[in-house]
Amino acid sequence: MDAALQCALLLVLVLVPGFCGALQPNHTGAGVELKAEPSQFGSLWPLPQQVKITAASFKLSPVSFVIVDGAGSSAGPSCVLLQNAYRRYYEYVFGSKRKTGPTKNRRTDASELTELQVWITSADSECDGYPSLKSDESYELSVDQPYAILKASKVWGALHGLETFSQLVFEDKYGSKNINLTNIVDFPRFAHRGILLDTSRHFLPIKVILDNIETMAMNKMNVFHWHIVDDPSFPYMSRNFPQLSQKGAYHPYTHVYTPADVKMVIEFARLRGIRVIPEFDTPGHTQSWGKGQPDLLTPCYAGTKPTGTFGPVNPILNTTYDFMQQFFKEISTVFPDAYIHLGGDEVDFTCWKSNPDIQKFMADQGFGSDYTKLESYYIQKLLNIVAATNKGYMIWQEVFDNGVALNPDTLIHVWKGSQAQYQNEMANITSSGYKTLLSTPWYLNRISYGQDWQNIYKADPQDFNGTEAQKKLVIGGEACLWGEYVDATNLSPRLWPRASAAAERLWSAADVRDIGDAYNRLHLHRCRMVERGVPAQPLFYSFCPHEYKGV
Amino acid sequence: MFVFSNKLWLLGSFEWINDVHSFHGDKAFAVEITVDQDECESYPKADSSEKYNMSVSAGQASLNAETVWGALRGLETFSQLVYQDDFGSYFVNKTKIEDFPRFQFRGILVDSSRHYLPVKAILKSLDAMAYNKFNVFHWHIVDDPSFPYRSSTFPDLSAKGAFHPMTHIYTQSDVRRVISYARLRGIRVLPEFDSPGHTKSWGRGQPGLLTPCYKGGIPTGTFGPVNPASLSTYKFMKSFFKEVSSVFPDSYVHVGGDEVDHSCWRSNPDVRAFMQKMGFGADFTKLEAFYMENIVNITSSLNKTAIVWQDVFDDHKHCSSLSVVEVWRDGCYLCEVRRVVKAGLQVILASPWYLDQPGPTHNWARYYTVWPLAFKGTEEQKRLVIGGEVCMWGEYVDATNLAPRLWPRASAAAERLWSDEKQTSSVDRAFPRLADFRCKLLRRGIQAEPLYVGHCKHEYQV
Repeated sequence: MDAALQCALLLVLVLVPGFCGALQPNHTGAGVELKAEPSQFGSLWPLPQQVKITAASFKLSPVSFVIVDGAGSSAGPSCVLLQNAYRRYYEYVFGSKRKTGPTKNRRTDASELTELQVWITSADSECDGYPSLKSDESYELSVDQPYAILKASKVWGALHGLETFSQLVFEDKYGSKNINLTNIVDFPRFAHRGILLDTSRHFLPIKVILDNIETMAMNKMNVFHWHIVDDPSFPYMSRNFPQLSQKGAYHPYTHVYTPADVKMVIEFARLRGIRVIPEFDTPGHTQSWGKGQPDLLTPCYAGTKPTGTFGPVNPILNTTYDFMQQFFKEISTVFPDAYIHLGGDEVDFTCWKSNPDIQKFMADQGFGSDYTKLESYYIQKLLNIVAATNKGYMIWQEVFDNGVALNPDTLIHVWKGSQAQYQNEMANITSSGYKTLLSTPWYLNRISYGQDWQNIYKADPQDFNGTEAQKKLVIGGEACLWGEYVDATNLSPRLWPRASAAAERLWSAADVRDIGDAYNRLHLHRCRMVERGVPAQPLFYSFCPHEYKGV
Repeated sequence: MFVFSNKLWLLGSFEWINDVHSFHGDKAFAVEITVDQDECESYPKADSSEKYNMSVSAGQASLNAETVWGALRGLETFSQLVYQDDFGSYFVNKTKIEDFPRFQFRGILVDSSRHYLPVKAILKSLDAMAYNKFNVFHWHIVDDPSFPYRSSTFPDLSAKGAFHPMTHIYTQSDVRRVISYARLRGIRVLPEFDSPGHTKSWGRGQPGLLTPCYKGGIPTGTFGPVNPASLSTYKFMKSFFKEVSSVFPDSYVHVGGDEVDHSCWRSNPDVRAFMQKMGFGADFTKLEAFYMENIVNITSSLNKTAIVWQDVFDDHKHCSSLSVVEVWRDGCYLCEVRRVVKAGLQVILASPWYLDQPGPTHNWARYYTVWPLAFKGTEEQKRLVIGGEVCMWGEYVDATNLAPRLWPRASAAAERLWSDEKQTSSVDRAFPRLADFRCKLLRRGIQAEPLYVGHCKHEYQV
């Protein structure tokens, strides 16, 4: 009996059916009829590509159950990534169950599952490597006697398979852990499934970042887009330019990310198959850079006198590019991912226009009064600098929109406009042959009253007019949680489970669209996250058998 | 109001010796508290004085209040005057304060039916309320989705009506704990047992209580509001409220009365027959009024004053047994307030303070720029507005997001309800004080979300 069916029976015994949803018009008038019913897929989230769950089930005992490397696996005891994962998932499966020692003469029950074997099938497991856009994340899971077998080409697939295995386990009414005979073949629809966190508008203590990376793994998301600095503060402690955080952070000691902090985030993410892509957004969004790097930003003028305020990065000085070269050289060594996000959004031209040196430069270059040309001039040089460090780059859509010459493997990040506008943008970008990813419908910092997870779920990055070839250029998307109104006090409930809706859209097959079935699985997945200590907020009125205890 | 002086006094004693500041650690800074009436062992009441005077000078402060409740408010204020310099030394300025609340009733409504709230989450909210000088915890304890209140007289109500009969209930000792924790902070606990609507969960443990709905002459198996046509209903309610009156010591009880859907009543032949018998014709608001009048009578016979939602007043304005009406609907809420006070009844204002609507926090200003008395009325009528309440309905709220959704936006309402309006009408001047107060809340362990871009010295540690 799977978890959801058993849950439903419990409901029938104790409550009127439909307790989870039948909504009376309430004080605030938001009324949507939603009844939680058991899904044939239990609480799986995101839904795997192929799932066959049968009625036959096995018991799992915390005393005897183990997760081990298969005999022919190319990963063994030295593969720390997998060994850590085995322990992590054992804890998730058995939770707070007491793992007392074996009783004398205890024989294995005929219907007991004692072992999950993990087989990495390709010669190079990539165990000590970093995940990338090209990583193979596929896996096959067979839960059957005598052993459950998880096969994956690389460790990344194994991590996802372990998460899926843990989601198949349910508790029966006697408190025992059970799992049904199941066969799953799974792989993600999109390779880039990310979350953006903003640590400039508000400093986020390391623990919050790590907790959310952990939650990302539960949702099979694989990119942590770290929007680490911006106008208000510069918390990144640079080795080559320590003044940047000394002068630019909210506080030079308490509100910074040391090199050790950054290493910890990168390794913590790696062990969970998650890439860390840092964003150092220029030439706009750089107020905090100017505090520790004088002469980097453009001095604004009123007439012939400087006002004392500063604008975007100054694109006409050689010192700017010397700085950027040294800075991005450091970044390219600190962050191992093949990509860096260079920003390039929302550049305000007013300050540039006011500066007489820049006006002269514009004339000399023949740019006339078209400041997008100056922007392109800067970005072009920046992209060349970064390309020389052997990194690929991601940029916000403005850079593409303004006609800057881009490397063919540039990833263009769509974030603006109405649905029609972003669909148009996706079509334009892909028809120009570039890879793109979507964030516009997934700006989770935008909150509203009610079940907005449904709109998040419905949005699809391939939903635009284009050829098959174009659609293949869509590498995925990211849910963004901008930090103007977000910090450690409210980040997790605001992010989860709404980001989970985007997670399924990015992983599962395109035709997985049934909102009712999604609700049936998602509300259980939300309770599971709560049970694992994540303060994922409610979807609607309901209860979890184990409520959040972190108060 | 207060008088602030520029002289700084270290907590410890501080002297100028030969033009050099020198610190004597021998004499501790003393805060002396005097209270006129010793109500220490009692519960705060609707009319308890919360007035206090405070003066801070060299090496000491004196706080004087009429009651212990005023002393609590004064202590909170004193704690807000203390600040640290960059070296971590504590300071308080020479100060003189005279303070009292503008409104007597300053509440927070919390909904533990749409989602069960663990007791710890409730206690944490009470702490935060005390920091904000809120003094009424309006416990909307049961409603349609679940009945977590474990009644000693009718244990089946929670056994059959709670989300889970063992884990998602409030036992009598849980309730006592909340009441006692609140009392020690000068907070009244106002329970709400809302009827005749919003009672789906009651029917599971009390068969026969709710109205069976009919279709084409046969019962459909679903149920509507409480059945007002049945004698057993009032017998039950009398017993139930008898227990409630003894469990909850406050002299007020909220009996709800909102959003009653008449369709089920209309479909039920017994109810229709009752309507005929009573001469109500086809006007179901008369039936509603009849029911509420009975409930209010039950509670007044138990020496409790009933508070009702505005629907009860709106649907039957000649209801003479009413005393306190809570205004909650959207639109011209001040028009409604005016109507209620014109009828000589007291008002609690909730409409502008529905904080269950999330909104980015910069919306805190809309909870601040509320002028509860900005309507045409006599001084006497305006005095009938006894206060207001922040409502945190639970459809989308539970322990995972309750604190950040309540704080610090509710703090805006807290100032509106306590402070003098003339001195607190500028959002721009309030913002830096509120931002600083939010950081104080964080330091005290309250998960108050940010107002805007910025930082606190001590961030929230997960």
